[in-house]
Amino acid sequence: MFDGKGNGRVQAQSLPLRLRDLRFERGGQRLLDIPALSIAPGEPTLIMGPNGAGKSVLLRLLHGLEAPTSGQVLAGDAPLDEATRRRQAMVFQRPVILRRSVRANLAFALHGRRMSRAEKADRIDALLRMARLSDRAAQSGRSLSGGEQQRLALVRALATEPDVLFLDEPTASLDPGATQAIETLIREASATGTKIVMVTHDPGQARRLGGEVLFLNKGHLVEQTAVEPFLDTPATDAARRFLRGDLLV
Amino acid sequence: MSALSVSLRLILSGDPDLWEIILLSLRVSLFAVLIAALIGMPLGAALAVGRFPGRQVLLVLLNALMGLPPVVVGLVVYLMLSNAGPLGVLQLLYTPTAMIIAQVLLVTPIIAALTRQAVETLNEEYADQLRSLGLSRLGSVPTLLWDGRFALMTALLAGFGRAIAEVGAVIIVGGNINHVTRVMTTTIALETSKGNLSLALALGLILILIALSVNAAVALLGTTAQRTAYV
Ligand SMILES: Nc1ncnc2c1ncn2[C@@H]1O[C@H](COP(=O)(O)OP(=O)(O)O)[C@@H](O)[C@H]1O
Ligand SMILES: [Mg+2]
Repeated sequence: MFDGKGNGRVQAQSLPLRLRDLRFERGGQRLLDIPALSIAPGEPTLIMGPNGAGKSVLLRLLHGLEAPTSGQVLAGDAPLDEATRRRQAMVFQRPVILRRSVRANLAFALHGRRMSRAEKADRIDALLRMARLSDRAAQSGRSLSGGEQQRLALVRALATEPDVLFLDEPTASLDPGATQAIETLIREASATGTKIVMVTHDPGQARRLGGEVLFLNKGHLVEQTAVEPFLDTPATDAARRFLRGDLLV
Repeated sequence: MSALSVSLRLILSGDPDLWEIILLSLRVSLFAVLIAALIGMPLGAALAVGRFPGRQVLLVLLNALMGLPPVVVGLVVYLMLSNAGPLGVLQLLYTPTAMIIAQVLLVTPIIAALTRQAVETLNEEYADQLRSLGLSRLGSVPTLLWDGRFALMTALLAGFGRAIAEVGAVIIVGGNINHVTRVMTTTIALETSKGNLSLALALGLILILIALSVNAAVALLGTTAQRTAYV
């Protein structure tokens, strides 16, 4: 994507992402209970599981949008802090597009970063090309189609060259064409060294992106397995039922 | 000759007394809205995103202030500014400044409340994304204000509408002194009671025109926001 990526980048600070004795409760309900989890650098990590399993909550905890009730979120060997958070980025299921032009949406992500004006302009131009939105740069971001908005949200998240990119069902409301465009961008980001941590309900998507699957059920981490074996020969009953049910829908 | 035709002639001939009154009205109310915006917008935004002790109390207070009868606000400002009052030394009673103060007190709660509402709604949508991009709660206020700009302009217009049409407070603290503190509403009240209906009617027409313009501006803002896919 951008040259210089990987050079001098200290991945150790952001990865592995680990949970230790993590519990998250809200309204008297234990929503997440994960004694140990480690997310290593490399291939994408895909989070799967039934609705309400705690997938979104897990992403929010890993990104520091929520604080655990007890236990720890660790990045590298240190607790997740503000500096590490700034080396992460997130794309939400429904893209949040600021009420400004496409270009200004991208510039917003670079605000306050130590770059010259020219560097920023170059970076924004590159991001626009990546998202295939170069000819829409001056247009209001919110006048774009759903797929275009999600592409914009995705390259905006990549603007700061994050070490880790979280995605929460980014293609859930998109048609196949738009989904393919998003998956291409995700693969490119992954290939250039950004760790992808993504919630998906689509086994086909999991297979296309590769990597490992975290299977969550009722707030528990049930399996952490490579994608192919998880989909072909799930080890647990819960995963088997989930995959059968999901494919039938 | 009917009062209406005389009043129309007053307006169309550019009667200097009439224009003096109109311009003072505009000056007082625009200035009051400007000050109210400088106080009310940051206050409203802080109430929308902040989680500080006393926030709930402030919210209740704000709503109560919004419903304050203008006459009471006028009375309070009068007591503050009168010779015996704590700010009596400033000798502000019966000046345009006193009227501005009264209108600021009336308009600030409106602007603050509308700002809070607009920013809170926007923040529900933006909060996670802005946090993800590294902004703190307080750090996201400028973004929320800017992206809520259409709603905030509507709030300003609402404040101006209230200020320019208000009579109870400014008549108490301004005193309706000819060539000094006479504004449209107070003049209408006085001239009507004196039976001079043509001047009252002329000012009434202008006031209606201003109210209509404010409403038209609000509507225009709304359609512009829609058209530019701002919403
Ligand atoms: N802030 C919250 N307060 C209370 N309950 C919540 C909160 N966030 C999520 N939940 C609940 O936690 C469970 C897991 O939510 P979520 O992580 O969004 O599930 P999913 O796996 O579908 O993404 C759900 O039952 C949801 O209702
Ligand atoms: Mg979810």
